[in-house]
Amino acid sequence: MSGRRLIEVQRLSKNFGWLPVLRGLDLLVQRGEFVLLLGANGSGKSTLLRLLCGLSRATSGVIRIGGWSLPEEAQAVRAQIGLLAHRPLLYENLTARENLDFFAALYDIAAAERARRRDNLLQQVGLADRADGLVRGFSRGMQQRLSLARALLHQPDLLLLDEPYTGLDNAGCAMLDELLTAASNSGCTIIMSTHQLERKPAHIDRALVLADGSMVYDGQVNGDLAALFRQATASA
Amino acid sequence: MKSPFAAAVRAIVSKDLRAEWRSRELVSAMALFALLSVLVFSFALELDKNAREEAISGVLWVSLIFASLLGFNRSLSLEHDQGSLDALLLTPVSRSAIFLGKLLGNFMFTLLVALVLLPLMTALYGVQLLDSWALLTTIVGVFGFSAIGTLLATLAVQTRSREALLPIALLPVCLPFLLTAVRATKGIVSGAPQSEWQVWLQLLAAITIIYLVLCLLLYRFVLEE
Repeated sequence: MSGRRLIEVQRLSKNFGWLPVLRGLDLLVQRGEFVLLLGANGSGKSTLLRLLCGLSRATSGVIRIGGWSLPEEAQAVRAQIGLLAHRPLLYENLTARENLDFFAALYDIAAAERARRRDNLLQQVGLADRADGLVRGFSRGMQQRLSLARALLHQPDLLLLDEPYTGLDNAGCAMLDELLTAASNSGCTIIMSTHQLERKPAHIDRALVLADGSMVYDGQVNGDLAALFRQATASA
Repeated sequence: MKSPFAAAVRAIVSKDLRAEWRSRELVSAMALFALLSVLVFSFALELDKNAREEAISGVLWVSLIFASLLGFNRSLSLEHDQGSLDALLLTPVSRSAIFLGKLLGNFMFTLLVALVLLPLMTALYGVQLLDSWALLTTIVGVFGFSAIGTLLATLAVQTRSREALLPIALLPVCLPFLLTAVRATKGIVSGAPQSEWQVWLQLLAAITIIYLVLCLLLYRFVLEE
């Protein structure tokens, strides 16, 4: 079973100064799972995602991604991870095409393959006709779409999504669901944080609920998310 | 330039140059500040020719260092505020490649300002600064303090008081550059024998190499949250 295991977290804690944000989390995620991470604002969702992608260092505990330990083997871990964060993480004075070309160069994607993946992704996120537009002229939703293309560009094994529906209109949300389903079907492991309980992708394997830095639920999603969330946080 | 390291450095430099070409906010602010500094000094120090030769190298380097403070801060603030620094850190690129890429961008912007200042100061102060040795001194000095400036600006942008922190942190560590670069430039401008000022230029090059190596070693610690 360990060969199928992608994420292994043991007794993970994170403090900001004296303030504990995550308190001794344990978590196992298998390859190909689609995991929904729920929690109120300040419950530690974003901090957990930042720790998993190596942008933040744990106060204590163990994180292994694909068998590599963080932070010791961070460079190998980073090559496997795509992150869609709160902020778009794009360069406003570059065009959509230039942004993707820049990140493709940093992920060392071969030039011919780079152009193919970039053009496909721009098409998939609905920005093919704005490929040469500067990002500073994009709406929040368009930036979010381009940011998703950036996160998928290197075909990561693990996709971390922090409130991905932010700024997207209905068409954008549908496009996102479609892309996530395709990524999941191709074997990509996905962890998606959200506090928008009224919206969830079609296929979710598991839900985790964080409350005050502790895991209060880890299991199947039966019924609607709002009921699950209420039940999990009430029993915490 | 075919290794992933070199390709990453090249990608970061060309990204910074392209973004600056579009916005022109960094170099124009630095150049304007440097020009105003030189003009203010020229009015404040109404000196005879000998005194000008004494003062001009100090005016050049102080103006350049102050202007570069603006540039370094802005360059890293843009990365930090747009969140693109996180995007850079997420890639499997070594921290040294990120440092070298940012350093080369900052170096080019500051050198461009210096290349505007040299003829302007030659005209304003009536002292010959358009000299190959003066240019070499400028290149070496600017590269050195761009290295330490890039490191400290990366540190400063992660704090709330970044505008205040960068000058407080950078100016003391720039003193070795200031001292050696001013001495070398002064010797060159005054027409002193090469043997008198060459040692200052060599010292400036040595300090630049030491700072560069230290910055390369320390940069990954600066980036850790």
